[in-house]
Amino acid sequence: MMHNHENAPHLHEQHFNTPVQDYAPEVKQLVLEYTLQLADTSFILGHRLSEWCGHGPVLEQDMALSNIALDLIGETRSLYQYAAELEGKGRTEDDMAYLRDTVEYKNPLLVEQPNGDFGDTIMRQFIFDSFHFFFLKELQNSTDHRLAAIAEKSLKESSYHIKWSSEWVIRLGDGTEESRKRIEKAIDNLWPFSGELFMMTATEKKLLEHGVIPDYSQIKNSWDAHVAKVFQEATLAVPQNVWMQSGGKEGRHTEHLGFVLTELQYLQRTYPGLEW
Amino acid sequence: MEEVEVNLEAQFEEKVAKDIRIEPKDWMPDAYRKTLIRQISQHAHSEIVGMLPEGNWITRAPSLKRKAILLAKVQDEAGHGLYLYSAAETLGASRDQMIADLHSGKAKYSSIFNYPTLSWADIGAIGWLVDGAAIMNQVPLCRTSYGPYARAMVRVCKEESFHQRQGFEIMMTLCNGAPEQKKMAQEAFNRWWWPTLMMFGPKDEESPNTEQSMRWRIKRFTNDELRQRFVDMMVPQAEFLGLTVPDKDLTWNEAKNGYDYGQIDWDEFWSVVKGNGPCNKQRIQTRVKADQEGAWVREAALAHAEKRAQREQQKVA
Amino acid sequence: MNTKEWPLWEVFIRSKQGLDHKHVGSLHAADAEMAVQNARDVYTRRMEGISIWVVESKHIHASNPDDATAFYEPANDKVYRHPTFYEVPAEIKNM
Repeated sequence: MMHNHENAPHLHEQHFNTPVQDYAPEVKQLVLEYTLQLADTSFILGHRLSEWCGHGPVLEQDMALSNIALDLIGETRSLYQYAAELEGKGRTEDDMAYLRDTVEYKNPLLVEQPNGDFGDTIMRQFIFDSFHFFFLKELQNSTDHRLAAIAEKSLKESSYHIKWSSEWVIRLGDGTEESRKRIEKAIDNLWPFSGELFMMTATEKKLLEHGVIPDYSQIKNSWDAHVAKVFQEATLAVPQNVWMQSGGKEGRHTEHLGFVLTELQYLQRTYPGLEW
Repeated sequence: MEEVEVNLEAQFEEKVAKDIRIEPKDWMPDAYRKTLIRQISQHAHSEIVGMLPEGNWITRAPSLKRKAILLAKVQDEAGHGLYLYSAAETLGASRDQMIADLHSGKAKYSSIFNYPTLSWADIGAIGWLVDGAAIMNQVPLCRTSYGPYARAMVRVCKEESFHQRQGFEIMMTLCNGAPEQKKMAQEAFNRWWWPTLMMFGPKDEESPNTEQSMRWRIKRFTNDELRQRFVDMMVPQAEFLGLTVPDKDLTWNEAKNGYDYGQIDWDEFWSVVKGNGPCNKQRIQTRVKADQEGAWVREAALAHAEKRAQREQQKVA
Repeated sequence: MNTKEWPLWEVFIRSKQGLDHKHVGSLHAADAEMAVQNARDVYTRRMEGISIWVVESKHIHASNPDDATAFYEPANDKVYRHPTFYEVPAEIKNM
């Protein structure tokens, strides 16, 4: 029985339509690379979170995880669409997501790490949200109008994410003996991937000069302060002198990403060029 | 005392007959309460187990748009399960107990979810057929006699109509696509058609609970009535898609203004109900695993809430 | 592991500015903050609300249906509380 929705307005997906700015070709190339990096980041994290759907620790939190995943996938689409426009070769958001291989993906290593237990997922999310939130706040002031507009929209979502993951860190840190052990293990697993978020690649350094992206050292200060505050409430210690892994933003990934892409690109690769 | 009981029962029957909703604190016969808890919790379990066959395609969805739609859809099913557990909780059942009954095999859920999803077309077929059948079953439940159940169903039905549409859209895209996509769609249709017809439950003469449930207006149509409506609705849609209904006995019956359809394999139905479907074990194991692995999380949140409440109390003192 | 269930909360949503909060259902949460967030994730996925109240179910006190006659029927014969009880001549407008 198809319901009658005659009275309901036909809804359309919202797209950003700020035109691509008049960039010099080499700057445009940088903005394109960077937009892809941002898209890859929210995509892989959104994908990871979507793996939880149906397996969460309690129904209410299962839904929360999916909501965050949906926000990230929404952000992803805006970014890939922009990347496709910047490139101007007629590729689509799906070509960007489904037809690029591991070394072409430029997400930081953190987001491709497996879900692990709920503690690992929370810690990965907390490390990311604490970056993402302050980053988006600054990106709103980007000289690139589209990135600024996308940041403005995503910031609303991220404000909720950071609240959610911060509260969970506190609950797990200051919960039971077992939850504390687990969240400490998660910190151990994931902290080495936190540093890469703030390391600037050559592309990022150049874009900083053009005013397209914010200075990560500022964001790092906000991140440190937020992490310290939450960890204190969670009665957890912020790790010191940890060796930081990096390479994801330049295409050198951990082995996990290959498997993620194999799964998510399966249909597009098996049946090339079809509409779904 | 007995007289009071009789009186209450008469009042209850009268209210139901007049289509006045029964609310949680109203007097109701024990059997009515039990029937409702059984039916609502089964329904909730079906939503939750139903997340799994589709959920395993979220990570393989072929486009960003499809991925977002499917994730939102499966998430809705979690929501529907939640609304329904809430409705059952107003009758004094606890969610933990209902879930324990699901895990122990004591409580049932819709058998359709014990079939595997093998291709992307299955996601289309489930949305179109299975959700279509579910809506058929559910729309009358918006007027069921128990208030909280009826209200939960209103919410569910409102959300569910997008589910069927997205399934139909997937089927349409496949049927209008490349030959291998069309083949994928037909193959999925062949596998899902009969199990979907079984979703309406056993034949009326073999459905022990139907009569009482109809009288209490928990159920508003019989299994066979709904099944017939479903077939009549779906056959033209299949024709529109260019798909062949996998039933050589399907014929239009002018006299009854509906289709005659072939024999349903009831042996298969009962065998799946009894736990011998292709995925029964796997589905329950997955649910049990999620529940067990979540136990420490639920415990921690509660422990933290207690600690915080204590601290606040100390502050006040 | 035998964990206790999270407490049950009743959820009330204001669907738009100017309207009352209305009961929409219930959910489980470990604390009030979580209950509000869960309510947002469970009951406002389709722009159904702009404000949420939650209250732990055990704190709700309800009237007893057995008292219904004593509670509500006495209002039946106080028709003079309703404007339509009074006759107004047709010549009088705006009253």
